[in-house]
Amino acid sequence: MTLRSYVTSRVLLMIPMVMLLLTLVFVILRVIPGDPALLHFEKGVDPVVLAEFRHRLGLDKPILEQYFDYLVGILRGDFGISMQDYAPISTHLIGRFPATLELSIYSMIFAVLLGLALGVKASKNYDTVTDHSIRLFSIVTYAIPVFFLGMVLQFFFSIWLGWLPTGRRFDAHWMPPPTVTGMYTIDSILAGDLFLLVISVRYLILPTITLGTILCGIFIRLTRTNMLETLRMDFVTAAKARGLSDGTVTYGYALRNAFLPILTMIGIQFAALLAGAILTETTFSWPGLGTYLVDRIGHRDYTAIQGTVVFFGILVSMLTLFVDILYAYLDPRIRL
Amino acid sequence: MTNALRIQDLTVEYKTRRGVARAVDRVQLSLEENRTLGLAGESGCGKSTLGRAIMRLVPHPGQVAGGNIYINIDDDIPCKKGDIPKGEVDITGLNEEQMRVLRGKEIAYIFQDPMTSLNPMLTIGNHFIQMIQAHNPEIEKEEALDRGKEVLEGLGILPERVTDYPHQFSGGMRQRVMIGLGMVLRPRLLISDEPTTSLDVIVEAQILEQMAELKKTFNLTMILITHNLGVLAQTADDIAIMYCGRIVELASTENLFEAPQHPYAQALLLSVPDVTKPNKKLVWIPGAPPDLVDPIPGCMFNPRCPMAMDICKTQVPPLIESETGGLVACHLYGGK
Ligand SMILES: Nc1ncnc2c1ncn2[C@@H]1O[C@H](COP(=O)(O)OP(=O)(O)O)[C@@H](O)[C@H]1O
Ligand code: SF4
Ligand SMILES: [Mg+2]
Repeated sequence: MTLRSYVTSRVLLMIPMVMLLLTLVFVILRVIPGDPALLHFEKGVDPVVLAEFRHRLGLDKPILEQYFDYLVGILRGDFGISMQDYAPISTHLIGRFPATLELSIYSMIFAVLLGLALGVKASKNYDTVTDHSIRLFSIVTYAIPVFFLGMVLQFFFSIWLGWLPTGRRFDAHWMPPPTVTGMYTIDSILAGDLFLLVISVRYLILPTITLGTILCGIFIRLTRTNMLETLRMDFVTAAKARGLSDGTVTYGYALRNAFLPILTMIGIQFAALLAGAILTETTFSWPGLGTYLVDRIGHRDYTAIQGTVVFFGILVSMLTLFVDILYAYLDPRIRL
Repeated sequence: MTNALRIQDLTVEYKTRRGVARAVDRVQLSLEENRTLGLAGESGCGKSTLGRAIMRLVPHPGQVAGGNIYINIDDDIPCKKGDIPKGEVDITGLNEEQMRVLRGKEIAYIFQDPMTSLNPMLTIGNHFIQMIQAHNPEIEKEEALDRGKEVLEGLGILPERVTDYPHQFSGGMRQRVMIGLGMVLRPRLLISDEPTTSLDVIVEAQILEQMAELKKTFNLTMILITHNLGVLAQTADDIAIMYCGRIVELASTENLFEAPQHPYAQALLLSVPDVTKPNKKLVWIPGAPPDLVDPIPGCMFNPRCPMAMDICKTQVPPLIESETGGLVACHLYGGK
């Protein structure tokens, strides 16, 4: 199979997956008991206002027509309008997406690097105290709730030591850098402003460590398990027997061959990453998609919830697809 | 005549959950330069462990529990962590870096399964480049690659195939690559651990012949490990027979095939298929070797030995000179 036909088939496979996802979200939000429009208004509401409200949101149309409008809308990048202000949800999503993306990217990098480093260390010190401590740490990262870890870090580094801000994304006294990507660290660099960069990094540190630590457990375990396997493989022993250095053998032979399953896991972890991002954002009042979603849930803004969830879903599918393609490209046995 | 290799009282143990398995038990062995020693015995008798111990690459949880391994070195070998002087060197006393320098350059090792002995992520050419540069960092990539091509050509592999990955080669071709990698730095001692066991008979014959040629061209001293005595008839000068981690007989190939002394060697020879007498019935040795974790007292072969006497159940027979000029460890000899 060539790389091209592999990519084509993966892309084609994604279409029914996304369709299924869209349908599921639509159905679930319709079958939960109660009328969304009524639930949105907490107390009794004037029937005229309610009818007008239903009409503007298209909730008065037959269900199949709603479904069809919804699918066509998403194809065109239209995620519907918010029950709150009738503004397009895509505007909200685009405005908040860079904050989530920025947090997610750094957290993922943190999680993968920490996971690889500790996983390699554990595997090379197999069955020693180092190994056992690292394994224990990885189990703890699974079990620990996001908000708890976030609050401990906030308490220690912000309140007690006063080194870092407790939350939000930027200092209220200063203007964030001019928007290019919407990611403050990158925009600060593009603007050539070291001061703004330092501010953005200070605000990023705690949320990144929180989310990164929550995610790193799986990478530690996966790296360790795969390294233990590859370190035992004949080609690793054969490489040592040829007098290659420990570094080459560990990284060029063992880790390089252990890396492909880890890469797949990175792809799979995007869903967990976004789920974790929602909780981390809430803990640190990080103004991203997660806080938006939680805020909309609080207001029973069904159309906004639907739009945001769908957006998350499509994002995860695309990232997973990207990683799959990268995998195929990196493995000489698939790449031809 | 100098000894290329001299092993004294070597003991290697695997510390497993079930207990300690002594896979190599006080082995004495010396090997003169330019000779080929065949190391034979049933599967599990400790051949690979002995071979690996000479490389100091006994797999986890194995450990050299005692003894010395001396190899003879022609010239002083520079090393970052202490130069290695020429002459007889006890490798059990060297540090890891000194050992790394010797591996591949002085002692080469060829593994049993060529399908798993090469790094699947690296081209064949890169295997050669890494190997050569690990020992001679000053050699340029191009030159290293040229050397690799030259060696491969000598083994009947087209030089342009250096850009191919291992999975594009057959088992026989891969084993030739492994041999090429083993030979490219002109080592003095080559240990091959069942190099042809996983290959079909025709390829096996070709490869054994190529190895015999290489041995002549490069004045190699060789240890050929096999569980198949038949392989050794044409290739080995001397043969050592191992049983349960001990050498039970050592003799010239001729003497061993003509007049095996040890009852185990005799039994082994009866189980070698003889091409000249295809109708001869093969005799298998009844029973199985004892569990190494729970060894039996006396001669380990006694439960299976047709000549076993009372003394065999209590006293370990020492390795003494045999009537044919070799060594044998059996109570039938010496004594009186
Ligand atoms: N990884 C291991 N863990 C525990 N015991 C081992 C391991 N490898 C080998 N052994 C023990 O050492 C003995 C000799 O193994 P090995 O040297 O591989 O034998 P051979 O090469 O002659 O087949 C085995 O019978 C087994 O008891
Ligand atoms: S020592 Fe005894 S049991 Fe062992 S091989 Fe000789 S005769 Fe057989
Ligand atoms: Mg073996």
